[in-house]
Amino acid sequence: MNFLVCLKQVPDTETQIKVAPDGMSIVTDNIKWVMNPYDEYAVEEALRLKEKFGGDVTIIGVGPKRLTESIRTALAMGADKGILVDDPSVTGSDSLGTARVLAAVIKDLDYDIILCGKQGVDDDYGLVGSGLAELLDIPQISIVLKLEVSEDGSSVKAHREVEGGTLVIEASLPALITAQKGLNEPRYASLPGIMKAKKKPFDVKTLADLDLDASEVGESGAKIKIMQITPPKEREAGKIVEGETPQEKAANLARLLHEEAKLI
Amino acid sequence: MDFSLSMEHDILRKSVRDFAEKEIKPVARDLDEREEFSYDTMNAMAGLGLFGMFVSEEYEGQGMDYMSYIIATEEIARVDGSHAATIAAANSLGIGPLYYYGNEAQKRKYLPKACRGETLWAFGLTEPNAGSDAGNTQTTAVLDGDEWVINGSKIFITNGTTDITAGVIVLSRSGTREDGRPELTSVIVERGTPGFEARTMHGKLMWRASDTSELYFDDCRVPKENLLGPIGHGFHQMLGTLDGGRLSLAAMGLGGAQGAFDMALKYSQERIQFGKPISTFQVNAFKLADMATEIECARLLLYKACWMRDNEQPIGKLAAMAKLYCSEVMGRCVDHAVQLHGGYGLMKEYDVERFYRDHKLLEIGEGTSEVQRIVISRLIEAV
Ligand SMILES: Cc1cc2nc3c(=O)[nH]c(=O)nc-3n(C[C@H](O)[C@H](O)[C@H](O)COP(=O)(O)OP(=O)(O)OC[C@H]3O[C@@H](n4cnc5c(N)ncnc54)[C@H](O)[C@@H]3O)c2cc1C
Ligand SMILES: Cc1cc2nc3c(=O)[nH]c(=O)nc-3n(C[C@H](O)[C@H](O)[C@H](O)COP(=O)(O)OP(=O)(O)OC[C@H]3O[C@@H](n4cnc5c(N)ncnc54)[C@H](O)[C@@H]3O)c2cc1C
Repeated sequence: MNFLVCLKQVPDTETQIKVAPDGMSIVTDNIKWVMNPYDEYAVEEALRLKEKFGGDVTIIGVGPKRLTESIRTALAMGADKGILVDDPSVTGSDSLGTARVLAAVIKDLDYDIILCGKQGVDDDYGLVGSGLAELLDIPQISIVLKLEVSEDGSSVKAHREVEGGTLVIEASLPALITAQKGLNEPRYASLPGIMKAKKKPFDVKTLADLDLDASEVGESGAKIKIMQITPPKEREAGKIVEGETPQEKAANLARLLHEEAKLI
Repeated sequence: MDFSLSMEHDILRKSVRDFAEKEIKPVARDLDEREEFSYDTMNAMAGLGLFGMFVSEEYEGQGMDYMSYIIATEEIARVDGSHAATIAAANSLGIGPLYYYGNEAQKRKYLPKACRGETLWAFGLTEPNAGSDAGNTQTTAVLDGDEWVINGSKIFITNGTTDITAGVIVLSRSGTREDGRPELTSVIVERGTPGFEARTMHGKLMWRASDTSELYFDDCRVPKENLLGPIGHGFHQMLGTLDGGRLSLAAMGLGGAQGAFDMALKYSQERIQFGKPISTFQVNAFKLADMATEIECARLLLYKACWMRDNEQPIGKLAAMAKLYCSEVMGRCVDHAVQLHGGYGLMKEYDVERFYRDHKLLEIGEGTSEVQRIVISRLIEAV
């Protein structure tokens, strides 16, 4: 079986994000970029499936050159091939634009399961996986916590957590899965893995290689436009609920939730 | 000049940092408190590939450059000194001499297991009466037929008494040179050899989760072929081993300084006194600025020494300088870091307390700061 993983980079969660003067983007100067955490689960799941069923894991990324490091990290974890689409006209793509680029790469590849993170922890749209499945016209199961592939490799059962229970969904392959936190515990890139990754195939492509028109991607192809980015409000100090007894405290808490927070 | 590291170095650093934060940091304080060597973290470190980093793949090493080894050691030391000590000693003092001075049979026999982290090897140089003056080794090795007979004792030997210690390389006096100085020779003594006993040393101020031992040799007989390298090469091997070892101790100083700085910066940005984060008071901001500056200098010096080693240039002077400087920078950084933590920095609940203790070894082990200054003084021809 062959597995594809789509991967992006996001600012390290410890980075302090600052809004750029244009009010529509963030300052990227001092950002430390890391593999999107949900994509790490996708990589790990693909590696486990490969260990069970055999085959190849190919990592695909769309973005600037710095993305190479994260793709190479996935190769060091054990993936087999890397593909980076690095083209200036892709900058400013919305989720659909990114999905179009990925679909253009993937249509020529041989695959059984595509894994994506359920969302990027930067813009949090959670749309690339769905868009990609739609463009490829294959089933999609999103926000997956557990994945079981049938012994004959023809179908997949995925567990999703829903309010108060678990939903188990089956789909025929090929299918696209988006990974939720808890799907697995990603491995570290080991030192021998890092050395092996140096020799693994890594392709860099541009739009010209993909028969994709620049007007379909980037800002020109985007269906949405960011108007404004504002930092979150500073959190106000917490409040300690007064009261002599637990009963009194509970009554005061209920009153505060009703009158001040207007939650109940 | 190009100061950039390779992408592999960056990936390595991220991976080892992530590993250290998640697998070592949560258990380090407790292991220190209980003075316990952990086989769980040992196995995890072995799984990541932290043993045999600079050994070629032929012997199941990772085939990486020295810079990679130093970065990995630095990142482990950023969260804990004891674990970094286990790695530095195993690689520089155990695997190193076997790899650089061992014959083919010895390398085949010992290295694969050591590189897989299944066994640890120790380096027995220091004796009760030969510390800084290591050339004055009293332990003797006398050839009797087909066997070397070893008598004497060693002290403060890292990784000498773990459950997975496979043996020790013993620097011994095999005779007297023409100039009257002792002729020194290294002998491999496997664990379990009759006449060889190792005892764990307890009650350490620092590196409490690292294994330190005393070794006793009482008519201990090993086969003639257990010689490491030619007879009389012990002193030369010791100097070579210590050059590499000094880089790893420097990496521990650099990583420890970085760890202390990271903790101090975070704490002082969060700690409010007089209505403001204490980091904003100039006296404290300047401490942090000094730490950041010195760490930067320490890193440049150490990485230059590694670069020279990877490019096969002699590193004696720079190794001594890096070891001296990095360990003393860590000393100043942990002092500032505890100061910035106020009373909390004196409590075990805060890791900075452990860093404060762990630091001291770095000014003593593998040649004290004074010995480094002696080496440098000679190499700059001041004396
Ligand atoms: C935790 C730990 C782990 C260790 N691991 C190992 C190991 O794995 N293998 C190993 O062989 N050894 C190991 N050592 C030993 C270490 O290398 C020695 O402790 C160190 O070399 C200093 O020797 P010493 O303790 O005998 O001090 P001494 O040599 O007695 O020094 C005492 C003081 O005198 C100073 N001094 C000595 N001579 C001079 C001089 N000529 N000029 C100026 N000042 C001088 C020293 O700088 C020092 O301040 C370890 C030590 C410790 C504490
Ligand atoms: C073992 C022990 C025993 C103690 N015994 C007692 C006791 O019996 N009774 C008692 O009341 N207390 C006691 N203390 C508390 C001790 O007095 C405080 O720890 C000390 O006053 C420092 O306060 P802090 O720990 O809150 O540090 P902080 O006040 O948070 O200071 C942290 C750092 O910020 C610096 N800093 C703070 N404000 C400024 C500023 N404006 N400008 C520049 N730098 C600043 C400090 O110098 C320090 O380096 C004890 C503490 C210990 C550890």
